[in-house]
Amino acid sequence: MNAYMAYKVSTKTSLSVFKQRDFSVKRRFSDFLGLHSKLASKYLHIGYIVPPAPEKSIVGMTKVKVGKEDQSSNEFVEKRRSALERYLMRTVKHPILLKDPDVLQFLENSELPRAVNTQALSSAGILRMVNKAADAVNKMTIKMNESDAWFEEKQQHFENLDVQLRKLHASVESLVCHRKELSVNTAQFAKSAAMLGNSEDHTALSRALSQLAEVEEKIDQLHQDQANADFYLFSELLGDYVRLITAVKVRGVFDHRIKTWQKWQDSQVLLLKKREAEAKLQFTNKPDKLQQAKDEIKELEGKVQQGERDFEQISKIIRKEVGRFEKERVKDFKTIIVKYLESLVQTQQQLIKYWEAFLPEAKAIS
Amino acid sequence: MMEEVKDVSAGSVHGDTIKVTEVLQDGDTLTFIIVSQKLSGTGEYHVDRTYDDFEWLQQHLYTQEDVPGIQGVIFPPLPVRPQVNASAKVMKQLGFLALGEWQPYCRALETFLQQVVAHRLLSKNPALELFLTSADPPGRQKIKKNLFNRLSQAMEEMRKEGHKDVDEFFQTVRDQNLQLTGSSRTAAEKFLDVVLTEQKIAVACGHFSAALHLCVEPGQDPDHKAFSRVCVKLSEVFDSMRKSMMSFSLNDLNTLGLGLDLESRHLEAEKEMLFRRTCKLVELESARRNAERAKPVRKAAMEEVKKASETEFEQICEVAKQEPLSARPCGNAAEESDSVV
Repeated sequence: MNAYMAYKVSTKTSLSVFKQRDFSVKRRFSDFLGLHSKLASKYLHIGYIVPPAPEKSIVGMTKVKVGKEDQSSNEFVEKRRSALERYLMRTVKHPILLKDPDVLQFLENSELPRAVNTQALSSAGILRMVNKAADAVNKMTIKMNESDAWFEEKQQHFENLDVQLRKLHASVESLVCHRKELSVNTAQFAKSAAMLGNSEDHTALSRALSQLAEVEEKIDQLHQDQANADFYLFSELLGDYVRLITAVKVRGVFDHRIKTWQKWQDSQVLLLKKREAEAKLQFTNKPDKLQQAKDEIKELEGKVQQGERDFEQISKIIRKEVGRFEKERVKDFKTIIVKYLESLVQTQQQLIKYWEAFLPEAKAIS
Repeated sequence: MMEEVKDVSAGSVHGDTIKVTEVLQDGDTLTFIIVSQKLSGTGEYHVDRTYDDFEWLQQHLYTQEDVPGIQGVIFPPLPVRPQVNASAKVMKQLGFLALGEWQPYCRALETFLQQVVAHRLLSKNPALELFLTSADPPGRQKIKKNLFNRLSQAMEEMRKEGHKDVDEFFQTVRDQNLQLTGSSRTAAEKFLDVVLTEQKIAVACGHFSAALHLCVEPGQDPDHKAFSRVCVKLSEVFDSMRKSMMSFSLNDLNTLGLGLDLESRHLEAEKEMLFRRTCKLVELESARRNAERAKPVRKAAMEEVKKASETEFEQICEVAKQEPLSARPCGNAAEESDSVV
């Protein structure tokens, strides 16, 4: 199975950092994953919220690769394409990430070295899974003395947000499911109404029933479109945000900040021990050991200072990132909601048009 | 045919004014309040009846022995027995009538009564007068089950359904009825699915609206406040979508839904009438054969049986032709049929 799906990435830009203004490249799904992997390793641990890549789906992709030309395969590919687009948009909206050479390369270079460590069942994949588990355990055992109320508040805030968004997501999925069902049922009713229309002797009634069947068919199409709108606009957005928040919380920036703090604390503890040891050595007559101790202490002092600086740096960056994230979130939701409401209004107007066109036919029955 | 103003009445009640105004629920029993205007113009009759009473009435209509050719009547269909907290099977049987808090069911009962009162042969039945006007519920004693009962259409009788007719007019009516009955039942079922799904969507919108309301975040942060405002507004939108969907579904139920249900049940009733006629036809043909083949000893008796059968069949056909049949094949066929029998 060497067939794969390639996605065309087209960029239009006026930024000088790019060589051209308008260009396209072809990328595989694993290329996207590779990009994310590189960005995560470079930026997550210093506090930048790196947008997560779309999820792999072994089942979905296998069906497509095997060449199944059916509705669900097309839907799957479209869903994935849309997700990849949103992922890239989020990534380039980030001022720091946009400047990253890997990102620039991804957008511009006609050829990219294949990212091999992104396959789910590869050794690298398994290693990632093991690391995830280890991190989860670690998180439980580190207790940090949070001196900054802002961070505590934000942690809580993200916990709440996560719960709320998941609930919303579940609601929307259920709504999408029912709309699709309605579309199917309307289509079936349209068919049966057409049959009934053909059986009826009374011609005006027969004509009316056939017209009704046609109207219902159009409405079925409308329902389908509405279902798609519900889905692509809302459901995917909510799903994205649930995943984004996970990137913030678990294995995310907050976590890294805690790790950074831990490193700093560890250095401090070590420094203290060394100082005690040095103090003891003062009373023994071992000048070279004493010098060694003093050197070690000097080194550790440097480490401690660096640790503190790192911690402050990551805290600062996270504050900025969270601020940017919140602004983006509000903007994103507002945009989607406006789009959705517009589509709703259009659907309703179209519905009214269809029924108004049918009314004279219905009145003509008697 | 000139549209004559029919005096629709049964005894002392004005047929058009019959209304089932209320349904009361006491535990598992449903009681229906029936209001009708007195013909004399002096007021109204208010009676309360249960489904058992309706069945009593229906049985009395079936067993009108004194009306010749009664089997040719398309009896107005009574809906299936209503059940509070119905099982899935009963819900399916009731279809649209199980929804909308029994309002469509009341409309169906209303239609039943109005159709009985409007029927030239059935309206004279004294049981009807009792049913509509007596303060006490009419006798609840069970009368013997008769051959009109649908359940008595035993499997072997089904063979007769396909029996070729001697009359082109009626053959056409039977064929047409068969097609229509199937199509209308399917249409009713599919539309029921649509209505039920609309209700599901309404409920899902409600859930989404409630979930959005929970997203309101406290605090002074301007971003949070902006997000909360958006969520509240969207929550209101979805709540009004819920209401609109609910009202779509109720409207669909009370108009097309009810209509399809009544149409479908009327066609079933017509089918039953046609079947009774066909059974009589089979009986007649067999009586003729017996009369022909009978030995001289039995000949006279067989002739009697044959004559009686012929008369009954003719009467049934007469009555049937005057019923509101779903198919009206072109005029010539109706004239021809008289000579065939």
